[in-house]
Amino acid sequence: MPEPTIRDTPSWLVQTWQIMVKDLVLGWRTRAKVVAMVVFAGTMLLLFSFAIGPNNTLLAKHAAGYVWLSALLSSTLLLSQSFQVEGESGALEGLLLLPVDPRAIFYGKALANWIVLSLLTGLVLVGGFFLFSVEIQAHPLQFVSILLLGSAGISAPGTLYSALTARAQAQQLMLPVLLYPLVIPCMLAAVKATGFLIQGDPMEQGGSWTMLLICFNLIYWALGGVLFGKVVDE
Amino acid sequence: MKWHYALGALGVLFLGVGHAWGLFYAPPEFMMGDVGRILYAHVPTAWNAMLVYLFAFVAAIGTLWTSKSSWESWLVGFVEVGVVLNILLCFQGAMWAKPTWGVYWDWDPRLTTTAILIALFAGVLIQRNLFHAPDKRRIITGVTAVIAFVNVPIVYFATTWWNSLHQGLSSPDTVSNPMHLPLRISAFGVLFLAVAFSAERAKQERVRLEREDTAPTLPLAQKQLELGAE
Repeated sequence: MPEPTIRDTPSWLVQTWQIMVKDLVLGWRTRAKVVAMVVFAGTMLLLFSFAIGPNNTLLAKHAAGYVWLSALLSSTLLLSQSFQVEGESGALEGLLLLPVDPRAIFYGKALANWIVLSLLTGLVLVGGFFLFSVEIQAHPLQFVSILLLGSAGISAPGTLYSALTARAQAQQLMLPVLLYPLVIPCMLAAVKATGFLIQGDPMEQGGSWTMLLICFNLIYWALGGVLFGKVVDE
Repeated sequence: MKWHYALGALGVLFLGVGHAWGLFYAPPEFMMGDVGRILYAHVPTAWNAMLVYLFAFVAAIGTLWTSKSSWESWLVGFVEVGVVLNILLCFQGAMWAKPTWGVYWDWDPRLTTTAILIALFAGVLIQRNLFHAPDKRRIITGVTAVIAFVNVPIVYFATTWWNSLHQGLSSPDTVSNPMHLPLRISAFGVLFLAVAFSAERAKQERVRLEREDTAPTLPLAQKQLELGAE
């Protein structure tokens, strides 16, 4: 019988990677939830167009806002799931009992949420531009960068608040109540930057909104790592 | 006599003197006339709302750092008073905006920022009430308060890039000489009152937390009742 060996604890970067992969695999196994999110986001886009009426000019003009609002509203479904699955059978306690750095749990989960949310927002963006007959002026890569920054801005504070509210009596209610006011700057910047990409940016204002998105992300990705340990401490 | 009662009384005195001075003796504002006298209530409320949020942030750091219920009680006191001042601020602004701008509300950066602040800090209090486990509740309150405060400059930064209808930040340098003193006195009045109310709420919260801590758990209380009956 071979001697049991004590393996070195992997560095927190490796742990982050493993937790991210674990979450993505879990997400893939429960694809039906992701599909439900996409359907929900699509329904939101339709609802916005019903609220405005069949005015293509108006819809195209405000497409950026509708697309990002749909992404934000459906992101709540994803984020509330993020720690709910860990609550089942005490999975989070199990994870914490292992020599895992709490930061790795936060960054792993936030990265997984970011990836799924970026894919969702990408789909919503394409769907929205198709539905609202938006003619794109800018290079697609510029859209991708704003999309990635905007989704990251929702997923970092979203993951932290998902952990905070995971054991609250009314998680479904509290997550949006806390998260929506918090991500207003991020949403504002994403909508403005996307709007400038759609309609053209003669005054070159898009850069400053992108800068705001970058700052928002830097602050919340850093703060999340610092505070998450406290949140899951006891 | 508790120190905060004395501070509260001093606050009422300062507020009375400052407001009376501002209402009856200070000259009317050059452009707005008597409507401009809301300056003596609105500007001190605005300054102190932000100051009390800053105190709440410091208390939140203290709560997370030390895990002591005294910091937590101060945090609750400051957040509650901050939210009240913030709501008052919006109402005062709306009262002034109707005769001046012609509308009660406008999607102006300053107004939008202030409204978002209410949502952020009210969220801290709502969230707090949903948790019964004392440790969890303390951490949740601390963390949400820190996050809410950190977001304030970002929201401010984001919204100031819109065109603003609201005038620039008021300070004693931006108002005429005879308006200085009533403004300063009113500001100290609001500050003293705000700290006094926060202290009173902190005291009540501390007592509540202590009682919660020493209260017997339910099955035990039930058992004691049964023993008492025998």
